[in-house]
Amino acid sequence: MTRLIDWVDARLPVVEAFRKHMSQYYAPRNFNFWYIFGVLAIVVLVNQLLTGVWLTMFYSPTDAFESVQYIMRDVQFGWLIRYMHAVGASAFFLVVYLHMFRGLLYGSYKPPRELVWIFGMLIYVALMAEGFLGYVLPWGNMSYWGAQVIISLVGAVPYELIPFISAAESKEIGEALVTWVRGDYLLSEATVNKFFALHVVAIPIVLLALVVLHILALHEVGSNNPDGVDIKKNKDENGIPKDGIPFHPYYTVKDTVGVVIFLMLFAVVVFFFPDGGGYLIEKPNFGPADPLATPDHIAPVWYYGPYYAMLRATTFDIFMSAKAWGVIIMGGAILILFLLPWLDRNPVKSIRYKGWLSKVALMLLAADFLMLGWLGTQPGSELRKFMAQLGTFYYFGFFLVVLPFAHRFEKSKPVPERVTGGH
Amino acid sequence: MRKLMILLLTLLPVSLPAAGGGAGGEHMKEAPVNLQDQVSLQKGAQLFVNNCMGCHSMDYLRYSRMAEDLDIPEELVQKHLNFGEGKVGSSMTNAVNKDEAEDWFGVAPPDLTLVTRRRSPDWVYSYLTGFYKDDSQAYGYNNHVFKNAAMPHVMADMEQELNEEQFNSAMGDITNFLTYAGEPHRQESERLGVYVLVFLFILLIPAWFLYKEYWKDVD
Repeated sequence: MTRLIDWVDARLPVVEAFRKHMSQYYAPRNFNFWYIFGVLAIVVLVNQLLTGVWLTMFYSPTDAFESVQYIMRDVQFGWLIRYMHAVGASAFFLVVYLHMFRGLLYGSYKPPRELVWIFGMLIYVALMAEGFLGYVLPWGNMSYWGAQVIISLVGAVPYELIPFISAAESKEIGEALVTWVRGDYLLSEATVNKFFALHVVAIPIVLLALVVLHILALHEVGSNNPDGVDIKKNKDENGIPKDGIPFHPYYTVKDTVGVVIFLMLFAVVVFFFPDGGGYLIEKPNFGPADPLATPDHIAPVWYYGPYYAMLRATTFDIFMSAKAWGVIIMGGAILILFLLPWLDRNPVKSIRYKGWLSKVALMLLAADFLMLGWLGTQPGSELRKFMAQLGTFYYFGFFLVVLPFAHRFEKSKPVPERVTGGH
Repeated sequence: MRKLMILLLTLLPVSLPAAGGGAGGEHMKEAPVNLQDQVSLQKGAQLFVNNCMGCHSMDYLRYSRMAEDLDIPEELVQKHLNFGEGKVGSSMTNAVNKDEAEDWFGVAPPDLTLVTRRRSPDWVYSYLTGFYKDDSQAYGYNNHVFKNAAMPHVMADMEQELNEEQFNSAMGDITNFLTYAGEPHRQESERLGVYVLVFLFILLIPAWFLYKEYWKDVD
């Protein structure tokens, strides 16, 4: 075995790579609960890739709905593979949202980790595309109508903002682009075929490349921690951070516990509540796509809820249509997250040492995001529209006002020199 | 730890009103679904084939699968339930021409394999027991949970012959069978789920002690 490793190592630096990323990657010793979600995201990614490969063996985009039923009923353990994939999609977003919230809690996006955050955001955007494309593939009625709504947004982008393009031309461009995205004049099999190719080949390749970049960038600058203290400032005589411990074996054994607990929760949903009361697999999706039967209430899956709520909350049509503004606001809500490292001007990284204003504002943001998410899945009403407008206003207010300026109006606690607490 | 518990609790499935769920309101009744009641499922299959399948297909269920899951010998299925010349491995389709059916009723009778999942078992049960006389309708009946349904009350004779309890029980059997047909692997899934959870729990024990052992020397 040693000889084999030596033989390979002389030709490919496997030992060096293992040391750099595992046994001699020094992670802060004070990681808490919030630090499990990166590992869980990798676990779910592997789950999606493996179950996805097996689904691809039996799925057919030309008989989409029927082939899903074939998988559910005639393929050995097909139901299990499909439920793992469908529930896995929601699990992916759940762990990614918690992972991102961890970043907000402890200022993980702040220098020198801006690139780590940017790659992470790109993963998030790719994931949203992947989720949408995958949601269309079973070609149930909600797949159809959901795709109808989302694809129409491409046509609502205000292209007239481009110089020399008139409003009429903008509309024409929009329509042409919608046709191009659909690959047909109507949503059809051509669209499903196209989305299938993108879902199983194109986006996964991008996603995997981004995950590698995300981790490489992280391992270059090192992990942040709940205290926001730079552990590289305090090194021993061997150049090892005093507050660092080797990722392997310490965090591999610790994360194993977290992974097993996560898998138990995942199994409870997969085996006992796979459609999640209509939130993970929506009821109209148990009927085939039907252009003549609009579901009573077209709702996106929960993980797009917040953005959909913002889109619907945008009702002013000053100088452009409300839908165009909605697209801008929705896009802006995602794009603004990319700018986090530069919007946050608080010298303190971790929420632990920020003042009460920052603490309350961040908790409110979490509540706001959950509220918007809920609103996005509910049928509209005047009160809900108002709540969504308020929520949208606070969402942008947090990033444009609270993050840059809150520290001027509050008293931060002193940040310690070394990390505090155990694990 | 407290935070962890709160998070775990929020992850537990709670009974929320389903997104895009069906309506029905005051007339919704709770369906007597019991997937372990083989007798009820067998009766439901028989009632479905005799009363519903003339118009409604069950495209995604095979006779052989039903025979195996409901513990009905294949010979009996072929003799009493599969009226066409089809093989036992074939899907439970019918010979209705969808276009003609649309002419007769205004809409083609939908396939019912997934009806309990598209609506809900409670909705199906409430629908089946929810017909009432209404002379303004083409076939003389209307329905409490599905207003102006195109379907005639095909069980009207049955409703007259049986007493209320017997009729409700028969409709319950059909609902039970349709619930089974919507997800034939439900019971296998729950059986398997218990084994998987037990396995993961056992795996958790060494994982926990391994973690404790390694982390003794940190701090």
